[in-house]
Amino acid sequence: MASSIHVDIVSAEGEIYSGSAAMVFVPAAAGELGIAPRHAPLLTTLKAGEVRVQPAGGGEEQLFWVGGGAIEIQPHLVTVLADTAARAKDLDEAAAQAAKQRAEEALKDRSGEMDLAEAQAELLRAVAQLRAIEKLRKMKRA
Amino acid sequence: MAGAKEIRTKIASIKSTQKITKAMEMVAASKMRRAQERMRAARPYAEKIRRVIGHISAASPDYRHPFTIERAVKSVGMVIISTDRGLCGGLNTNLFKSVLVQLREFQAQGVEVHLTLIGSKGLAFFRRLKLPVVSSITHLGDRPHLADLIGTIKVQLDMYLEGKTDRLFLVHNRFVNTMSQKAEALQLLPAIVQDAGDLQDRWDYIYEPSAAELLEGYMTRYIESQVYQAAVENVACEMASRMVAMKSASDNAGKLIDELQLVYNKARQAAITKELAEIVGGAAAV
Repeated sequence: MASSIHVDIVSAEGEIYSGSAAMVFVPAAAGELGIAPRHAPLLTTLKAGEVRVQPAGGGEEQLFWVGGGAIEIQPHLVTVLADTAARAKDLDEAAAQAAKQRAEEALKDRSGEMDLAEAQAELLRAVAQLRAIEKLRKMKRA
Repeated sequence: MAGAKEIRTKIASIKSTQKITKAMEMVAASKMRRAQERMRAARPYAEKIRRVIGHISAASPDYRHPFTIERAVKSVGMVIISTDRGLCGGLNTNLFKSVLVQLREFQAQGVEVHLTLIGSKGLAFFRRLKLPVVSSITHLGDRPHLADLIGTIKVQLDMYLEGKTDRLFLVHNRFVNTMSQKAEALQLLPAIVQDAGDLQDRWDYIYEPSAAELLEGYMTRYIESQVYQAAVENVACEMASRMVAMKSASDNAGKLIDELQLVYNKARQAAITKELAEIVGGAAAV
């Protein structure tokens, strides 16, 4: 079919939509983009906004909200890679800083959980020893 | 002979333990199914993004992103995914053992290792080794979100771009089936990009903005999606492993109860016999 274009909308956490469409509208970085079948191959990024899909052969227009992402367009194929998270350079940077800090704090905090884990291991060892002693006693008695 | 009452309380306590392990088994079974569904749901994204990267690298062979360039290995990064909670059999232990083997190899070659730890069991274990831990995240829950992982991964990606590490590995449990999970190490960086073979004629995209910038975004998302998928898979592994462990615990508790019941019956019978003997003896004396 020349008058339709296949659309896949996926996010990292799941597939959102897959089907053929007569027309697709996406919020591209440079402004809204209408994609008809046999569009020139194009790669671009998406802003947060709505993706509208007009299904092939009529039917109601479908709306999807994306928080940004990327789009690949080929003459018969549109792939929308939607981001599930709000992303920006400084946001990512802040998240990275937080992850670093978590690691540092976890390493510094040697008192709490660490002692607990060690105490648990010690306890297990003691219980095993006790069990062995009990068995030995029984053997002697028998 | 132990007192009948003591044995009865012991049986009661084992019964309540069995109730708990049975409940945990059932919860793990249903959570496993949901985790497997999420695993399946995450697959299309990774496939599509891999295809797009393949297209780009086929369309513009002259540009190569730093993420795809091999370097001499002096220092490596490792992302290790473990569970947050215990009681899941040997899942974490097996994973850590396989990591220790790799660490020893790196040490023998004089290669530095920088760790990123996902999951509190991994953090508790590797903190004892005194290796540099560059980033970590714990308590992702049964439903990890990509948004929580972005920062943690970015630390490693930045280190790679700055040349502080020359290779990046992802260590996680692979879900083979309910009964078996396998520790697996996967090379994330440099990424191995295969050409998309299905392109008949070579054409180029219109890029908006530049190809380099787009490729960077795609590569980052690709790696993030791989780590996300591994995290989801690890949840499925955790649940499967816990289910099996709890099933064998319930079975063992059942066996223990049977044995104790036997001992209890014997003790009760012995007590009755003794009492009868005493009565008969007493009657004879009168």
